[in-house]
Amino acid sequence: MAVQFVLPNAKSVSQPPSIAAYLVDRAFFLAATAGALAIIALVVYILWEIGGQALPAISRSGAAFLANSQWDVQNASFGILPQIWGTLYSSLLALLIGGFIGITIAIFLTQDFLPPRIAVAFRTLIEMLAAIPSVVFGLWGIFVVIPFIRPAANWLHDSLGFIPFFATSLSGPGMLPAVIVLSIMILPTVAAISQDAIGLVPYKVKEAAYGMGTTRWEAILKVIVPTASGGISSALVLGFGRALGETMALAMLIGNANQISLSLFSPANTLASLLASNFPEAGQIERQSLMYAALVLLAITLVVNVIGTLILVWTSRKIAKA
Amino acid sequence: MLLPLRQLTMKTAAALAGALWFLAAAAAPERALAAGLELRGAGSTFAAPLYEKWIDAFQQAHPSIAVRYEAVGSGEGVVRFSADAVDFGASDAPLTASAAVKIGRGAVQAPSTAGMIVLAYNLPGLTGELKLPQDVYADIFMGRISTWDDPRLRAANPGLALPSKNIAVIGRQDSSGTTFAFTSHLAAVSKSWADDGPGVGKLVAWPKGAMIARGNEGVAARIKISEGAIGYVEFGFARRLGLPVALLQNKAGAFIAPTQESGIAALAASADQGLEGLSASMMNPAGLKAYPIVTYSWLLLYEKYPAERAQAVRSFVDWGLTVGQTFAADLGYLALPQAVADLGKSALSRIK
Repeated sequence: MAVQFVLPNAKSVSQPPSIAAYLVDRAFFLAATAGALAIIALVVYILWEIGGQALPAISRSGAAFLANSQWDVQNASFGILPQIWGTLYSSLLALLIGGFIGITIAIFLTQDFLPPRIAVAFRTLIEMLAAIPSVVFGLWGIFVVIPFIRPAANWLHDSLGFIPFFATSLSGPGMLPAVIVLSIMILPTVAAISQDAIGLVPYKVKEAAYGMGTTRWEAILKVIVPTASGGISSALVLGFGRALGETMALAMLIGNANQISLSLFSPANTLASLLASNFPEAGQIERQSLMYAALVLLAITLVVNVIGTLILVWTSRKIAKA
Repeated sequence: MLLPLRQLTMKTAAALAGALWFLAAAAAPERALAAGLELRGAGSTFAAPLYEKWIDAFQQAHPSIAVRYEAVGSGEGVVRFSADAVDFGASDAPLTASAAVKIGRGAVQAPSTAGMIVLAYNLPGLTGELKLPQDVYADIFMGRISTWDDPRLRAANPGLALPSKNIAVIGRQDSSGTTFAFTSHLAAVSKSWADDGPGVGKLVAWPKGAMIARGNEGVAARIKISEGAIGYVEFGFARRLGLPVALLQNKAGAFIAPTQESGIAALAASADQGLEGLSASMMNPAGLKAYPIVTYSWLLLYEKYPAERAQAVRSFVDWGLTVGQTFAADLGYLALPQAVADLGKSALSRIK
C-alpha cells in the first residue's frame, strides 16, 4: 500500500486519515458509483430489451399503431389509441380528484387546524393507504365502490344523459369506479409530498404574512401554498406517474373495453391493464405489439416526468424572482 | 421527502407480491399428489368443473393415478397439447385435421361431454323470462342493438318492462372453445354475422364497448357485477352464480330454455354423424324442442405414450366416458348420447 499522507506541520492536532478510514472511504465511493451505474445500466437494458422485442411490431405497423383502435389478435391488427386515451383520461381525472383532496389534506394537517399529535396520527393513517395491495383496492372497488355509486350514476344518466360525460349508464366496471379508486391510490403520494413541501416553507414567511394582517386563509392561499408550489407540483407529477402505471386495480375495474368514450360510466381500457391482461397468453406477434405498447407507456411516463421537472424549474425561478 | 418514497417502494413491492400471488393462484391450482403416476392436462374452462369432479371421484377409485387439470382455456390447451407440455389437452373445438397431423406422437380425440352455451344477463328488477330471437342476439353481440328497450327486444318480449339501460356485452379475452362454438352458431343463424360480423374463431375482436373477461368463470363473474350485462357462458357457470338466462329461439322458431331435455334433444341429431361430423352437425339443431347452442367438449390425447402412462390415460378417459357421464347432469352438462360415448371409447383403442 503506497499511500502516504504527510501533513506540513507535524505538530498539528489533526491526524491523517488512517489506512482503514481511507479504504472504507474508497470502498464506499466505489460501491456508490457501482450502484448508480448499475441503475442506469438496468434502465438502459430494460429499454434495449423492450425496444428490441418491439422492433418487429414497430417496423410492421409504425405510427399507425398509435392511431388504430382495434386489438384484433385473429387478424393480427393492433392499435392502442383507445388504451392511450383511457390511460390519460383516467389518470387526469384521478389527478384532479386525488390532487385536490391530497393538497387539501396537506394544508389541513400542516396549518395548525389540528393538535400536532392528532395531525401525526392522521398523516400516518393516510400513508398507510400506500401499503394496501392493489388487488385489495380492486376488490374493494368491485364490491363496494361500484354498488355505491351506481344509483347516483344512473340517476345522472337518466336526467342529464345529453351531457357527453353521462351519455351511457353505469353497468359495473367502468371509467368512474376506476378513477375513484385510482384517486385514492395516488392520495398518499400527493398528500405526503405536499405536506413536506408546505412544511419546508420558512416559519418567518408565515409570520410575516400574519404580521401584515392577513387572515388565515389569505396567508395559506396567497403566501404559503404559492411558496410551496414547486414541491406541490412535483407531488402532483409523481401522483400522475403512479396513476399512469397503475395496473392491477385498473385491470379489475376499468372494464377492458377497447373504445374511446367521454362518458364516465362506460368501460374503457388502459395501457397497463392491456399489458397485464393480454401478456400471459400472447403469441409471438401479439407479444411484439404488447412490447410496443409498453414502450409507448414508458414514453408517456417520461414525457410527464420531463414536463413535471420543467414546471418545477419554472416555478422555483418565478418564486426566486418575486 | 424520504419517507413517502420509502412508502412508495413498499407499496410497489406489496402490489407486485399481490399480483404474483394472484397470477400464481390463477395459473396453478395445486392438487394433492398421490404416490405413483401423475397425468397433467390443460385446456377448456367450459368443461373444467366436470373434469374437476371426475378427478376427485377417479382418484378415490384409483389412488395410484394422480390427475391434474389446469383450466386455461381451449386455445391455450391446444397450444400446450401441440407443444407436448401436457399428457392430455381439452378443447371445446376439436383439433382441425391439419393441426392433428402436425402432432408428432399422433392425436386421438374423444368427446368427453356436451354442454349448452347460455346467454346470461343481469337486469335487476326484471321479472319474467327474457326471450331472444336468433337475429336479435346476433345483433346484440355485434353491437347493433345497444339498449335494452330497443324496439326489436320489446317486440319479442311484449310483457316485460325492459329498462332503458345500455347493453353491456361481455366477450372472452382468451382463446376459447366456448367462443368458437358460440361464433360458429352465430355465423350459422345470422347472415349479418357471417357477412360483416367479427367472424368465427376461438378469439374474435368484439365490437367496441364490449367488456372482455378471461375464462367462463371470468365472464360469469363480470356479468354478476355489471348491471345491464349479457354474456355467453356454459350453463353451469350461470347457474352457480344464480344468473338468469335468456330463452333462445331455435331453428324451428320456438323459444327454448336451457334444460337437460332441450339440451339432449339438441344432441340427438348429431349422435349418428361419426366423430368427424359431430361438431358441424350442431350449429343450429333442427328439433322443435332443441336448445339452439350446444357444443361437445373434447379430450385431446396422443397415440403414443410411455407404456404405463398409456394405460393410465386409457383408464381415466374410459372411466370418464362411463362413470364420469353420471356426474354431467348435476353440474349442468349433458351426458353424451350412448352412441357418441361408444365412438369415444373406440377411439381410445388407438392409444398405444
